[in-house]
Amino acid sequence: MTDPAALSAVRFRGVSRHFGATRAVDGVDLDIAPGAFFAMLGPSGSGKTTCLRLIAGFEQPDAGSIEIFGAPMTGVPPYRRSVNTVFQDYALFPHMTVGANVAYGPMVRGVPRAEREARARELLALVALSGFEDRRPAQLSGGQRQRVALARALINEPKVLLLDEPLGALDLKLREQMQVELKSLQRRLGITFVFVTHDQSEALSMADRIAVFNEGRIVQVGAPDEVYERPQTRFVADFVGGSNVVEPDAAERLGLPRGLYSLRPEKIRLGEIGFAGTVETTLYQGAQRRVVVAVGSDRLAVVAPAERGPLPVGSAVRLFVPPGAAHRMEG
Amino acid sequence: MNRAPLGLRIAAAAGLLFLHLPLALIFLYAFTTEERSYQFPPPGYTLEWFAVAWNRPDIWAALGLSVRVAATATAIALVLGTLAAAAVARSRFFGRDSVTLLIILPIALPGIVTGIALRSAYSLADIPFSFWTIVVGHATFCIVVVYNNAVARLRRTSGSLVEASMDLGADGFQTFRHVVLPQLSTALLAGGMLAFALSFDEVIVTTFTAGQQTTLPIWMLSELIRPRQRPVTNVVAAMVIAVTFLPILAAYYLTRDGDRIAGQGK
Repeated sequence: MTDPAALSAVRFRGVSRHFGATRAVDGVDLDIAPGAFFAMLGPSGSGKTTCLRLIAGFEQPDAGSIEIFGAPMTGVPPYRRSVNTVFQDYALFPHMTVGANVAYGPMVRGVPRAEREARARELLALVALSGFEDRRPAQLSGGQRQRVALARALINEPKVLLLDEPLGALDLKLREQMQVELKSLQRRLGITFVFVTHDQSEALSMADRIAVFNEGRIVQVGAPDEVYERPQTRFVADFVGGSNVVEPDAAERLGLPRGLYSLRPEKIRLGEIGFAGTVETTLYQGAQRRVVVAVGSDRLAVVAPAERGPLPVGSAVRLFVPPGAAHRMEG
Repeated sequence: MNRAPLGLRIAAAAGLLFLHLPLALIFLYAFTTEERSYQFPPPGYTLEWFAVAWNRPDIWAALGLSVRVAATATAIALVLGTLAAAAVARSRFFGRDSVTLLIILPIALPGIVTGIALRSAYSLADIPFSFWTIVVGHATFCIVVVYNNAVARLRRTSGSLVEASMDLGADGFQTFRHVVLPQLSTALLAGGMLAFALSFDEVIVTTFTAGQQTTLPIWMLSELIRPRQRPVTNVVAAMVIAVTFLPILAAYYLTRDGDRIAGQGK
């Protein structure tokens, strides 16, 4: 995976896409390894969805080149790419049955009816929707529609499967269930999955590699724990998991060498030793409490286990920052 | 459900009566025995005018011409209106808003202006009046009806359906055939029916573009001036009402429940 000579499933080199004066994607270099479950994470308008559409072929880059398994994609229309997409709104054809939706890919490729219907049944079985062939998309629940969209996108056996905010429209319980299912499906099929999300917890739990997008650029690429534990920039520290960004002056007050640090709220301990502070806000989150503590002129978010008891606003606490808890960032 | 106030209900009833009573009179006098002048109540009732109308070759000629003109104008409108709608709804290009306005303009323009404009254009270009000059005149406003229906449906259709189709391996033609056209079909059927009805009873533009030929509405207009066999005109009018009303009713039912956004399956 780390061998630079190995063939990338998707490779971007200096890719830019502008809409008028807006640089939606601005000079992006990207390598996605075959078989990866790759997340493109970022706030809305950060360019992640445009990147996905560039891979699918719905957009053409204004500059730079895109390769899919070594094949240059310049000027290749979406219908000639071995890439399929699960759309955010699922985009199921409302005038077709579920079976016809799933069999659409083989149908336009001229696969005989019996063969493509058998194949559609296989795919529907894969997503646990056997027997739904004759229903209409309008008769399905949100979760079922998403499975149909997934089966339809997988029937052409794409080399890369693109998922645009795949879980965005589902409720929390279903979302957690689908996270597990998508993950195991990807492992079974061995297809490269690339998914776009603005939800950092979704990216951390599903992906084996994450690219964090901001303002049309990739600011950091790495394994989930790497991105979470060792953010390289202020943006990543803040966006992925709401870390404390410790400014150089504040770092000195915390006894650290002068520099910019990321300090995870869950790494700070509330106890009998350390810096004296007062609780400013407190947020009960079930298993834990998230409190903001004022230490002199500095503000630090701290996560404390709920069994530690209530932390009323204004109460005096002591903060202990264990050695090595703070991670030093570039500029 | 609230009941409307009494005054409003009386006003509505009066309005409906005012609009539809004349239509009822058309039907009534198709059965009168008095052929020269209309008097109320009719002196007697007869079905003979239906037989008379049936045996008049000039009525059949006019009806035939009207049907052929309406069908041809509708066919042209379906093709051109759909193409224009697709261009305007799906892409942005320089002057798009002006093009939109130019397409819709013929229906806002008074028929007499369209008629005079076409007549002068034909004479300037030395085009003799024919079946086709009428068809072109009618197509100007038929396109608008088809365009309006198609563009509304396209706007309500999720754009990702087209992308999904391309993504799954369908080229432009396959996407049009399997995804866009089925989405548009009821809108096009409705637009086509309205266009047919509009063309079928058109008088003003036709008088300027027809030359010696007589469509059914023109025939009726000329027939009203003659004092003999007047109920025959009423028989034909009743037929015209039937022929134009049914497609409009069908069009209404076809587009009525198309209000949800197709393809937004959430």
